Amino acid sequence: MHNKSVAELSKELDSGKISSVELAQQFLDRLKQEDGKYNSFITISDEQALAEAKSADEMRAAGKATVWTGVPFAHKDIFCTNGVRTSCGSKMLENFVPPYDATVTEKFKAAGAVCLGKTNMDEFAMGSSNESSFFGAVTNPWGLSNGEKRVPGGSSGGSAAAVAARLVPAATGTDTGGSIRQPAALCGITGLKPTYGRVSRYGMIAFASSLDQGGPMARSAEDAALMMNVMAGFDPKDSTCIDRDVPDYTATLNEPLKGLRIGLPKEYFSDQLSPAMEAQVRNAVREYEKLGATVKDVSLPNAKLAIAAYYVIAPAEASANLSRFDGVRYGYRCADPKDLMDMYTRTRAEGFGNEVKRRILVGSYALSAGYFDAYYLKAQKVRRLIQQDFINAFKDVDVLMSPVTPSPAFIQGEKTTDPVSMYLEDVFTIAINLAGIPAMSVPAGFVDGLPVGLQIIGDYFSEARLLNAAHQFQQVTDWHQREPQ
Amino acid sequence: MSISRADIEKVAVLARIKVDGEQVSALEKDLGNILDLVDQLSAADTDSVEPMAHPLDAVQRLRPDVVTETNQREAFQSIAPATEDGLYLVPKVIE
Repeated sequence: MHNKSVAELSKELDSGKISSVELAQQFLDRLKQEDGKYNSFITISDEQALAEAKSADEMRAAGKATVWTGVPFAHKDIFCTNGVRTSCGSKMLENFVPPYDATVTEKFKAAGAVCLGKTNMDEFAMGSSNESSFFGAVTNPWGLSNGEKRVPGGSSGGSAAAVAARLVPAATGTDTGGSIRQPAALCGITGLKPTYGRVSRYGMIAFASSLDQGGPMARSAEDAALMMNVMAGFDPKDSTCIDRDVPDYTATLNEPLKGLRIGLPKEYFSDQLSPAMEAQVRNAVREYEKLGATVKDVSLPNAKLAIAAYYVIAPAEASANLSRFDGVRYGYRCADPKDLMDMYTRTRAEGFGNEVKRRILVGSYALSAGYFDAYYLKAQKVRRLIQQDFINAFKDVDVLMSPVTPSPAFIQGEKTTDPVSMYLEDVFTIAINLAGIPAMSVPAGFVDGLPVGLQIIGDYFSEARLLNAAHQFQQVTDWHQREPQ
Repeated sequence: MSISRADIEKVAVLARIKVDGEQVSALEKDLGNILDLVDQLSAADTDSVEPMAHPLDAVQRLRPDVVTETNQREAFQSIAPATEDGLYLVPKVIE
C-alpha cells in the first residue's frame, strides 16, 4: 500500500478492500518501524489519526466521501493542529499544543484526510538543510545505501524525506525562499509553491509574512494537484489571501503541451551550476521540446540581487513576527526570572536556536533607527525590480525552466559553520518568492545517484498550467517513480 | 560592511535576546558576513522605483466591526506558563 498514490489509495478505499482504519494502522506501523533512519517526524499522532480514520469510514458509509477521505498524509510541523503538539522545530514551542486548527488543517479534516503526524523542519522554517531543528537533523533517504548521511534540504525537509521514503504519499510544506522546492528537489519528489495569497496562511506559524506560502509535496504532479484542490482558496482569516476562483487542478493535467513557450533564464544557468546538473536540466527541457514546446533564452537581469534583498526582507519580517515569543502567553519560559527584562531576554536566548537568533538580530538591525531606509526600503525597491523582470519575461513565454539547486543533496554538517554558504543554496528559488509567483520542483534525473530537480516557474495564478506541464513530463519520464534503496 | 560589538550588544537589547561575550564574537563574524552579502543592494539603481510590500499590491481588507469570536480564555490560558484568576503572570513590574 505504501507505494500507491493518493488517487490509487482512494480507489482501494472506495472498493472496500481496505478500511480507512486498517490503512491508517498499516501506515502508522510502517512509519514507526522505518522513521528511526530518517527522523522525518517530530510527532506521530496515532490516537488522533485513528479517530480521523474512523470518521473517514463513517463519511464513506454515509456516501459523503471525497478523494481524500481515509487517505493518510502528514503536516509540516508549522501548521497548527488543534490538540496535537505544533513545535515549528523549536524548543520555544516544544510543548505547544494549539487550541485551534490552521485553515489548511481544517480543510484536510473537512475532506476526511487522515493526518498521521507532524513532520520535522528547520527551526521556524529558517534553513536549507533541516539541520537547525531542535528535534535533530533529518536524513535524506537517498545516499543512505552508500552509508552517507545527506541532508534532505529544508526547511520542509521532514515532509520531503517522508514522502521520498514512502512513509506517507503526500505532505504539506511551506516555502519562504525555496523551502518546498529545494527539499523536493534533493529528495526526488514533486513540490509546488503556489502564488502568494493562493493558500491561506492562517494558523501557519509566521516567518516572513510577505513571502510565506503553503503548498503540496507529493510523489507526482497528479497528487500535488489533488492537494491543491484541498488547500487553495480564499480565507477571510488571512488578510493577504486573494479572493479568486479556484479551478479543479486535476481537470487540465492531460492537456497537450504543443506550442508551450518555455524561457530559460540565462542567469540560472551560470557558473554556480555544476555541469552534471546542467546536463540533467537541459535533458529535461529537450523532453519538453519532444512534447511540442518551443524554447528560447530569456534574461532576469536583477535576479543576482535576490539573495541580498531576501536577507533583508525575510529577517526583518521574522524579527517582528517572532517578537510574540516572550514567555508570557504560551511556549517556553526561562526558569526563575529575576525581572521582566530578564524573563524576556533569557526566554528568547534559551528558547531560540542560533540560526533563528542570527536572523532576528539581522532583522532588528535592518529595521533599527537610521538603517531602515538603507536596508528595508532599499530591499523592497529591489524586490520590485526583480518582480518586473518576471513580468517582462512572461510577455514572451508561458513558463520559465531552470535548475532548483546548484548541486545535489550535500553531506550533513558540510555547510553548518558558514551561514552564508547555506543561504546560497537557494540562489535559484528565492527570486520567485520575492515576486510572489508560483513555481514547482519536478524530479528530472540523477547526478551520482542523487536526485536532480527541474524548476518550472509560472506567472501569477498559473498553478494549473505548471501542474499540467509537470504531469505531461511525468507521463514520458519515470524519475518521479524512482525509489531510494 | 562590518558591524561592531557595540552595535550587536545594542541590537540584542532591542531584540530582547541575551548574548554573552563569546556569542558576541561569533555574531560579529556571522552578521558581518550577512551584511556583506546584503551590501550588493547598494549598487542597484532604485531612484524611481516604488517599494513593494505585497506581490499583488493588495490593500488591507476591512470587515464589519462586529464581534465574531467567542470567548476562549480558558483554552488559551491552559497553555500559558503562569496564570492566576484569569490573568497572565509575569515578574513584578512596578515596585
